[in-house]
Amino acid sequence: MLEVNDLHVSVGDREILKGFTLKVAAGEVAAIMGPNGTGKSTLSYVIAGREGYTITRGEILLNGVNLLDLAPHMRAANGVFLAFQYPVEIPGVACMQFLKAAMNAQRRSRGDEEINTPEFMKRVREESEKLKISQEMLRRPLNSGFSGGEKKRMEILQMALLQPKLSILDETDSGLDIDALKTVSEGVNSLRNPARGFLIITHYQRLLDYIKPDTVHVMAQGRIQKSGGAELALELEKHGYQNYVSNEAA
Amino acid sequence: MAALQETVTHVASLDAKAYKYGFTTNIESEKAPKGLNEDIVRFISAKKNEPDWLTQWRLAAYQRWLTMSEPNWARVHYPKIDYQDLYYYSAPKSTPGPKTIDDVDPELLRTYEKLGIPLREQEILAGVQTRKVAVDAVFDSVSVATTFKEELAKAGVIFCPISEAVHTHPELVQKYLGSVVPVTDNYFATLNSAVFSDGSFVYIPKGVRCPMELSTYFRINEQNTGQFERTLIIADCDSYVSYLEGCTAPKRDENQLHAAVVELVALDNAQIKYSTVQNWYPGDSDGRGGIYNFVTKRGDCRGDNSHISWTQVETGSAITWKYPSCILRGNNSQGEFYSIAVSNGHQQVDSGTKMIHLGKNTKSRIVSKGISAGKSQNTYRGLVSAHRKAVGSRNFTQCDSLLIGQSCSAHTIPYIEAKNNHLQFEHEATTSKISDEQLFYAMQRGLSAEDATALIVNGFVREVLQQLPMEFAVEAQKLISISLEGSVG
Ligand SMILES: Nc1ncnc2c1ncn2[C@@H]1O[C@H](COP(=O)(O)OP(=O)(O)OP(=O)(O)O)[C@@H](O)[C@H]1O
Ligand SMILES: [Mg+2]
Repeated sequence: MLEVNDLHVSVGDREILKGFTLKVAAGEVAAIMGPNGTGKSTLSYVIAGREGYTITRGEILLNGVNLLDLAPHMRAANGVFLAFQYPVEIPGVACMQFLKAAMNAQRRSRGDEEINTPEFMKRVREESEKLKISQEMLRRPLNSGFSGGEKKRMEILQMALLQPKLSILDETDSGLDIDALKTVSEGVNSLRNPARGFLIITHYQRLLDYIKPDTVHVMAQGRIQKSGGAELALELEKHGYQNYVSNEAA
Repeated sequence: MAALQETVTHVASLDAKAYKYGFTTNIESEKAPKGLNEDIVRFISAKKNEPDWLTQWRLAAYQRWLTMSEPNWARVHYPKIDYQDLYYYSAPKSTPGPKTIDDVDPELLRTYEKLGIPLREQEILAGVQTRKVAVDAVFDSVSVATTFKEELAKAGVIFCPISEAVHTHPELVQKYLGSVVPVTDNYFATLNSAVFSDGSFVYIPKGVRCPMELSTYFRINEQNTGQFERTLIIADCDSYVSYLEGCTAPKRDENQLHAAVVELVALDNAQIKYSTVQNWYPGDSDGRGGIYNFVTKRGDCRGDNSHISWTQVETGSAITWKYPSCILRGNNSQGEFYSIAVSNGHQQVDSGTKMIHLGKNTKSRIVSKGISAGKSQNTYRGLVSAHRKAVGSRNFTQCDSLLIGQSCSAHTIPYIEAKNNHLQFEHEATTSKISDEQLFYAMQRGLSAEDATALIVNGFVREVLQQLPMEFAVEAQKLISISLEGSVG
């Protein structure tokens, strides 16, 4: 479903992604691990369409659609979801208001009917209970004054409501306590189905104990250095990235 | 990043098309000759059949005005106004005086319909409008219709054009007119005192809670015509009133002067809530045309425990110069100012408030939200002062500015004067930009750049919108998005 081919991306005159290639099949959970500053977040931003990056070569296809041709909100309508490494605060906009605006905006872009309020309330109630998000929190402005873990749970709530085709989780596990890690993982697992793909960026094997990946990819120096199954993550846990990072770049 | 850079290009392509109320009504009008002199002042007074005291009052104001000069301390720039090149009186010919709605020129009724202001009571009663709001419609220099007068009269409430109140309730007008904004107050207020045309008069008797919202709708139609309305609202002891004011004008290439005066008086335990949604024509994309909105609004909390609150949503006008203020004279009286000032294109806003604490334990609260886009200038200017006797007084001020794009600017100029040591004055100010992160986050969730901006702006002004009556809040929200149209990519 997702195909990234020979992607070269720079910021200013610095090249960050250097020939990044990756395929994620429908139904697949792919994990990306790699040292700090390697370009993992950059990759996720470029897939989602953030401005400020120069794409010098390559393509990104989602179910055959070239994402690089679409504005960010149209990529979202086409099923791209990014759970941010650092979720953004939007003062004065209540979570509920934001959730509804997002759901309806995507529906409008796809030419679907807007969701009616009772249906919306019901969906939010169901999903927020699963994620242990209180009604009180939903009335507060989006992410304003939320703890790190609360922000991450709010990201997963949005994912659950928007039902994306491709979900990119950028270090969603960082800052979560053990119980929250379980809750969030269950949230992700319950969305797994043969039509959806997941790209999970993490530094820790622990998350992958809960969300079993189909493939694990080691990213270093702007591209994939090695791909394998779940066992690759265990190997990384033991030996670190020393085998993948060349000395000149370190 | 680029989303915000595009602002500049988009603003360049922004034009007055966005202004929905720019049409002109073709109606014959009666005008005083161009220019200003004693004869014109007498002409206006005679047109309204005014008693001699009022004619003299106007003439004294005119003499005073001749000795004054235009203020230049505000952070606004405009070519010198030629006061002899303006008309000071214009009235639709078919409307010699206030009368019932059936006598109003159908062309005028259509104008107000187009503006979404219902003047036919039957329609309002038939449920076209969800809540009853009594309307006084002022067209250029005269009031053309006032609705629900009879129903209000049953409650003892007087709501009529001020030109009518001069005849029907002269003792009230004479007692209170100019008692809050003295004739000598400032250049524009003094000019208004000499040539004011019409406006609304409200009196809420002792112990009465006004049974419906009152509102005045101002429309400037004529070319080269100044509009000088005068509004006077008196809330007697233990009464309450909520009053709304709305304004629009046609698109014209020339600038038009609007110099109004609003006076509020709240006696013991009375409360006045005054809301404005100001949407005068702001001028075109090159900064041509638009209203000069030079307005003096002041409330006097004359009685103990009285309470006045100003809420304003300012989206229109080429230049806004406006400082709705409260004189907190009564002990334990309270003043509030909630403001949203939006500027785009070439608009210039210099607005804020004055809270003058004179009585003991008086309280004031200021929440100002400025939004600047395009090449606009947006200044908050505020004064909080406490008299020697105003012990135990408190003020809280919060001024937030939001910038959209690179070519606009925002300024915050707060003055504080404290003449005693038993006070608690707090001031908070922030200036922020709609960040690329916020925009991208909302767009990643499916919102277009424009919708994302509107949502973020909406969050920014929420606290003030909540102060408006429901229907107006919805209207104001739409207006804010329209005013910012074209400000992001
Ligand atoms: N806008 C930018 N301007 C300059 N440099 C940038 C910019 N964005 C990213 N970079 C640089 O690109 C490199 C990759 O950053 P990125 O955030 O993608 O790394 P990451 O793999 O997600 O790291 P981490 O594991 O720490 O989250 C870093 O060296 C970073 O400083
Ligand atoms: Mg990262």
